[in-house]
Amino acid sequence: MTDVLSQYSVLSLYSSMAVYAIAFILFTIDLARGAGDDVVVKASKLPRIAMALTVLAFLLQLAATLMRGFAASRVPWANMYEFAMTGTLIIVGVFLAVNIKWDLRFIGTFVTGFALLFLGLASTRYYVEVVPLPPALQSYWLVIHVFVASLGTGFFALGFALSLSQLLQHKRETTNAAALVAVSSSASTSAGSPVVKGTAVAAKPVRRSRLEFLKRLPDSIQLENYAYRLIIIGFIFWTFTLIAGAVWAEKAWGRYWGWDTKEVWTFIIWTIYAGYIHARSTRGWRGTRSAWLAMVGFAAVMFNFTIVNIFFKGLHAYSGL
Amino acid sequence: MSRPSDHIDSPAPAKASATSPALSPREWLRWFWRQLTSMRTALLLLLLLAIAAVPGSIVPQRSSDPNGVTQYFVNNPKSAPILDGFQMFDVYTSAWFSSIYLLLFISLIGCVIPRTKHHIEALRADPPKTPANLARLPAHVTRDASGVTAEAAIEAAHKIVRGLRYRVRRYDRGTTLTISAERGYARETGNLIFHFALVGVLLTVGFGGGFGFAGQRVVVEGQGFTNSLLAYDSFNPGRFFNPSTLPPYSIALDSFKVVYEQANPNAIGQPTDYTASVTTQLRGGTPEAQTIKVNEPLRIADTDVYLLGNGYAPTITVRNPAGEVIFTDSTPFLPQDKNLTSVGVIKLPDGLSQQLGMIGFFYPTVSKGHSGAFFSMYPDLVDPEVTFNVYAGDLGLNAGVARSVYALDTKNLTQLTGGKTGVKSLELKPGETADLPNGLGSVTFDGVKRFASLDIHRDPTQGGVLVFALLALAGLLISLFIPRRRLWVAVSTLPSGQIHIETAGLARGDDPTLDTAVTALDTALATNLGLTS
Ligand code: HEM
Repeated sequence: MTDVLSQYSVLSLYSSMAVYAIAFILFTIDLARGAGDDVVVKASKLPRIAMALTVLAFLLQLAATLMRGFAASRVPWANMYEFAMTGTLIIVGVFLAVNIKWDLRFIGTFVTGFALLFLGLASTRYYVEVVPLPPALQSYWLVIHVFVASLGTGFFALGFALSLSQLLQHKRETTNAAALVAVSSSASTSAGSPVVKGTAVAAKPVRRSRLEFLKRLPDSIQLENYAYRLIIIGFIFWTFTLIAGAVWAEKAWGRYWGWDTKEVWTFIIWTIYAGYIHARSTRGWRGTRSAWLAMVGFAAVMFNFTIVNIFFKGLHAYSGL
Repeated sequence: MSRPSDHIDSPAPAKASATSPALSPREWLRWFWRQLTSMRTALLLLLLLAIAAVPGSIVPQRSSDPNGVTQYFVNNPKSAPILDGFQMFDVYTSAWFSSIYLLLFISLIGCVIPRTKHHIEALRADPPKTPANLARLPAHVTRDASGVTAEAAIEAAHKIVRGLRYRVRRYDRGTTLTISAERGYARETGNLIFHFALVGVLLTVGFGGGFGFAGQRVVVEGQGFTNSLLAYDSFNPGRFFNPSTLPPYSIALDSFKVVYEQANPNAIGQPTDYTASVTTQLRGGTPEAQTIKVNEPLRIADTDVYLLGNGYAPTITVRNPAGEVIFTDSTPFLPQDKNLTSVGVIKLPDGLSQQLGMIGFFYPTVSKGHSGAFFSMYPDLVDPEVTFNVYAGDLGLNAGVARSVYALDTKNLTQLTGGKTGVKSLELKPGETADLPNGLGSVTFDGVKRFASLDIHRDPTQGGVLVFALLALAGLLISLFIPRRRLWVAVSTLPSGQIHIETAGLARGDDPTLDTAVTALDTALATNLGLTS
C-alpha cells in the first residue's frame, strides 16, 4: 500500500513538473513580448492559459504531496525531498491565492521556474523512500513549525520576485526619464524652432531602456508596495516560526536556544527582514536599497534551506537520538 | 510625530550649512545621541548583527559543539589559535558580537522612550486641526449637493466617522464647517510593545540565565540517583547558581524500551520510539511511576529532565584465580554508529596481581566482515557479543588527575590481548566466561542492560522569554496590520446655495486602504444625506 501510493505520488509529481514547464514557457514568452504592440498583447490569451496550467500543475503537485503524506501516515515534510515538495507547493499556492486579489501574473515566470527547479533537484538528487519519523521529529511541533516556516518562505519568495521587478522597473524608469530629458534639451538647443522640437519629441526618444518589456507592469512604487505587503506577512510567519522552533527545541533538546546552525540562520533571516522593514521607513533607504535587502533576505532563506541543510552540521541533521 | 529624525514620515531635514559653527561638548553629545538613536543606525546595527552571526554557523562553537572545536584545533593547528584570538569559537558571547547587540539595544531604548512619551500625549490629545487646503492631500474627493444645509452634512459626517471608531473633533473655519478624525493609535502602541518586548527578552536572558543549571547523568536500568551535585557526570551551573537550591529528589530507571521499525523495508532497524520508565520520589514523598520520552520531558520540582541519549551497558563480572568476584557491574558503553556498536572501558585497579584495564567492544547483533573484523548489523539485541582488549600496568588512578571513565590511557600499559599481540581478544556471548591471559583470572559476560542519558535543567528564563516573545508577536501583528490614518471632511456653502463637500485622508505609515476609506466615507455620507450621485 505504502509503495503503491508513493509511486503514484512520484508519477503525479512528474506530471506536475511537465505542466509547470509549459506554464513557465508561456509566462516567459508573454513577459518577453511585453514591449510589443499594445493591441496584440492585450488581445492575447497567453497569460490566462499559463495561469490555468499553473493551477493544474498545482493540483497535481497537491495530489502528489497528499499521497506522499498518506503513504507515510504523517505530514509530508520530514526530509529534504518532502520539504522541497511541500515548500514549493506552498509557494505556488500563495502565488495563486494572492492573484485573486492582485494581478501578479507577471511573476509567473519566476514562480513556475522556481518550482520546476526545486522539484527537479529534489526528485533527482534527494529522493528518499518513505521512512518512519525518528523520535526527535515525533511532535506536533513538526506540523506547526515547519508548515508555518514554509508559508513564510512562500511570501518571502513572492517578495523577492516583486523586489527584483521593482529594481528593474526602477532602472527602466530612470533610463527613460534621463533619455527624455536628453531629447528635450537637445531639441531645445537645436534651431530653436518649435516645429523641430515637436517632431523630435513625437519621434522616438534617442534611446529607450532595454527593459521596455516591463512597461505593462505596475510602476516601481506600486511594485514596492506589493512587495512590502507580502513580506510583512512573511515576517509575521517567520517570527512565529522562530518562537515555535524555540518551544520545540526546549522540549526535544532541553534548551530553547543554543545557536545551533539552523537556529543561527533563522535568526539571521529574521534580522535581515527586520532591517528591510526599517529600511522602508528610513529616509534614504526606501526604494532601491530596501529592495536589495528583501532580495538578500530571500537569498538567506534559500541558503538556509539548501546549503545549511546539506553541508552544515548541527542538531537539525536528525541522525537519531 | 517624534519618530527618529530620519524616519520617512518626519519632515525633511534642513540643509546643514557648510559652515556650521563649532559645537560645544554638550552639543556634540546631543549630536552623537541623535545619531545613535536614528533609524539609519538601527538599520546598520541590525544588518551588522546579521553578518556577525554568520561565522558562528561555519566555525564550531564551544557552547554547542565542544568536540568540534577540539577537532578543529587538531585539523588546523596554525589558524585555530588565531581564530580563537578573535573569539571565533565563542561568537555569541564574544566582545564584538555583544557590543553590536548592546549598542543596538541602547539605540532601541533611546529611540523608544521619547516615542512612548510622545505617544501617551497623542493618545490624550485631540485630532489635529483640519488643514486649509485639503486638495493637496494624497486622497481627496469632492461632491456638490443641494437640498441639505452644511450643518446637517457635517453632523452626519461626524456621526458616520465616529461610528467607524475614529476619534473626531469639530473645527469650523468661518463658514466652512469641518471635522478632523484620526484612528489607529493602536498601531504605534503595538510597535512600542513590540520593541519593549525585545528589551524584555534580552533582560530576561541576561539576568535570569545566571540562576539556572544543566547537568548530565547516565543511568543504567535498575539503577537510580539522588539529585545532588555529586550525582552528576557533568554539571554546568549558571553564574549565580547556588547548589543548595538543587531540589532533593531521586530518579530510578526501571526500564528503557526501544521500538525498532520492522515492517518498512527501507527503514528496518530505525528506532521509532524510546520510552524511559522511571520512578521518581521527592524527599519525604511517595514514589511515583512516570515516563520520559524524546519531546516529552519530565517536569519535576522546578527542573526538567530530558531523554537525550541511550545505549547498552553490558554486565561484566571479573574473578581472581581463586574464583572470588573482584568486580561486577553494568558499565555504559558509548554507541559509535547507528547499529550501536559500542565502546566502553573497565578498570580493575585492585584485587588482581596486576592492575588491568580492558577496552571493550559491544555488538548488539554481531557479524563478521570480510576482513575478519566484527561489526554490529542491527541495533537491537539479536545476537549480542562483547570483546575485550586487555591491558596490564599502571592505570595512573593515583596520580591525582581526573580520568574519564570512558577512556583508557594506554601509554604506560602493556597490551595482553587483541591488536598486534598475537593473542585473540576475549570474545564473549551472554553467559560465557573466558580466562584472562597469564592466569590472571576470568571474565564473565552476565547479560546486557540498557542505559539512558538524562539531562537535567533548570532554566528560570523560559517562562519570561516566552511571554515577551508572544508579546512581541502580538505587538507586531497590531502594528503591521492596523492602519493609522486621519480623515477630514469640510463642508462649505456656495453662493448658489448648494453645498460643497470635500473628503480627504492622510495615511500615517503604510496604509494600502487609504483611498478606499476616503471614497467609502464620501459614499456613506451621500447615502446618509439621501443624495444620489
Ligand atoms: C533589536 C532591534 C530592533 C528590531 C529587531 C526591530 C524590529 C522592528 C520591526 C519588526 C518593525 C516593524 C513592526 C512594527 O512596526 O512594530 C519595526 C518598526 C520600527 N522600528 Fe524597530 N527594531 C529594532 C530596533 C529599533 C530601533 C533602534 C529603532 C529606532 C531608531 C527602531 C525604530 C522603529 C520604528 C520607528 C519603526 C516603525 C516603522 C514604520 O513606521 O513602519 N527600531 N522594528
